Amino acid sequence: MNTDTSALRVAVTGGTSGLGLALVRALHARGARVAFVARDAARVRRVATELSGTHGIAGDIANKDDTHRIAMQISAALGGLDVLVNNASSLGPVPLALLADTDCEDLEAALATNLVGPFRLTKALLGALGAAAREGRDARIVNITSDAAVSAYPQWGAYGASKAALAQLSHVWDEELREHGVRVMNFDPGDMDTPLHALALPDADPATLKRPADSARELLTLLELA
Amino acid sequence: MRAAHTPVQRPRGARLLVIEANGTLQHAPRQRLADFLHAGDVLVANDAATVPASLSGLHLRSALPIEVRLAGRRSLDADDVHEFIAIVFGAGDHRTPTEHRKPPPALRDGDALALGPLRAQVRHTLAHPRLIALHLDGTPDAIWAGIARHGKPVQYAHLPTPLALWDVWTSVAARPVAFEPPSAGFVLDWALLHTLRERGIDFATLTHAAGLSSTGDAALDARLPFDEPYHLPAATLDAIHAAHARGGRVVALGTTVTRALEHAASSGLKPGDGVADQRIGAHTRLRVVDAIISGTHEPGTSHRELLRAFASDALLSRADAELAERGYLTHEFGDSVLIAA
Repeated sequence: MNTDTSALRVAVTGGTSGLGLALVRALHARGARVAFVARDAARVRRVATELSGTHGIAGDIANKDDTHRIAMQISAALGGLDVLVNNASSLGPVPLALLADTDCEDLEAALATNLVGPFRLTKALLGALGAAAREGRDARIVNITSDAAVSAYPQWGAYGASKAALAQLSHVWDEELREHGVRVMNFDPGDMDTPLHALALPDADPATLKRPADSARELLTLLELA
Repeated sequence: MRAAHTPVQRPRGARLLVIEANGTLQHAPRQRLADFLHAGDVLVANDAATVPASLSGLHLRSALPIEVRLAGRRSLDADDVHEFIAIVFGAGDHRTPTEHRKPPPALRDGDALALGPLRAQVRHTLAHPRLIALHLDGTPDAIWAGIARHGKPVQYAHLPTPLALWDVWTSVAARPVAFEPPSAGFVLDWALLHTLRERGIDFATLTHAAGLSSTGDAALDARLPFDEPYHLPAATLDAIHAAHARGGRVVALGTTVTRALEHAASSGLKPGDGVADQRIGAHTRLRVVDAIISGTHEPGTSHRELLRAFASDALLSRADAELAERGYLTHEFGDSVLIAA
């Protein structure tokens, strides 16, 4: 296990598929200390076993009761936290639907996973991030956003609105937390060949899509870890 | 004093009694706390998050119910989660005041316990039927997951509704190492941190594994506080030296911060890990802490004993009388005092 205290301590939500898994792999390969969160306990175990030394945490960030349980396991496993990547995302209605055909419950589900969940988990981990900043480390929060948060794509209303709100949360939080040494940024990974994309557009040709590993590398560059 | 029985960390009506070294007593709304700190001071808080330390389950040999409250650990090391000191209760729950709780089943060395998803053994009792050395089975990650899923924060009979984990984490809660909340830190929010910064008051943290404040058993309570591991960051030590160099005060937010800093000071004030094993009381000469912000504590408790290091018994008696007369609230979600040594 990597116990180098100078190693970056990173938590990634939605860490067993798509961009999240690519990030966990890339961070692990670069010697970071990694904790990742996902709902499916069996998948969490599989990834934690494959990537020895990473810490898999089963939990649902959309569930309020899970928030502090997850935060506690992250801070315990890593002995603190330098970077939180709020990556876990929900499309809202599947298959995608016009807003007028979207059930309220599907909009609420998208908001719970894409907005309220990251808000709560960030709040629960702000103490750990603030402590890292006071010790002179770079404390950062990365919220995964989407061009659907900016452009009005028909059928992407629930997802786009939730990501737009998340992006604005990042902007305000960055203003407020800067003086405490914690930075908050958005990252739009682009259209990737992921399970989420396949759920949204099952007929898309994977060859036209970005590989999650490429987006993960871009994010590490942004974090100056590449 | 009456117990505060609403689990609100910063109630609008919270009050602060400021006890000056010259004997002046001043009542203020606690929201004005920053007004009683000075530019150049450093406020030091305990950033320990609180573990859901109450684990209920079965004593397998007797098939009787048992509640285990994790109460102490040797170190803060993330992987050092197999050996704990714990307090054990029999049938019943927090709605019964701890002093009236049934004793645990008769325990023998090596007895197995099933605590939800966790498996544990009683290593041995520690010279008291309610106090044991406990071993938890499994990998550190599995133990943390089990505690997260099954554990409940230590509850209080004087609160009408069960506490959730978010009720007992302070705004700066980081590593989960406290067994009961470092509740003096409930005064903190990020608006206060902003105000401190604006006014040139420094803010720093250490991590101290605050233990149980009471067990409901006089013989056990007399042994409190247990040894408590802590971590003192180099940056916090720098902030303390800088404050003293510019004539500012080191203001400890809570008894746990005082205990950690004074323990570190007794061995040369170095950064890193330590285990606070000393008692602080009337005869303690404070080496580094100049003032304390604390909850209100009833005479006879170990927390109240610690305050005797900051002020004379005569002054504390006057303060106690004021607190009682003005109806200050006590316990975790109660009012506060600021005492300048």
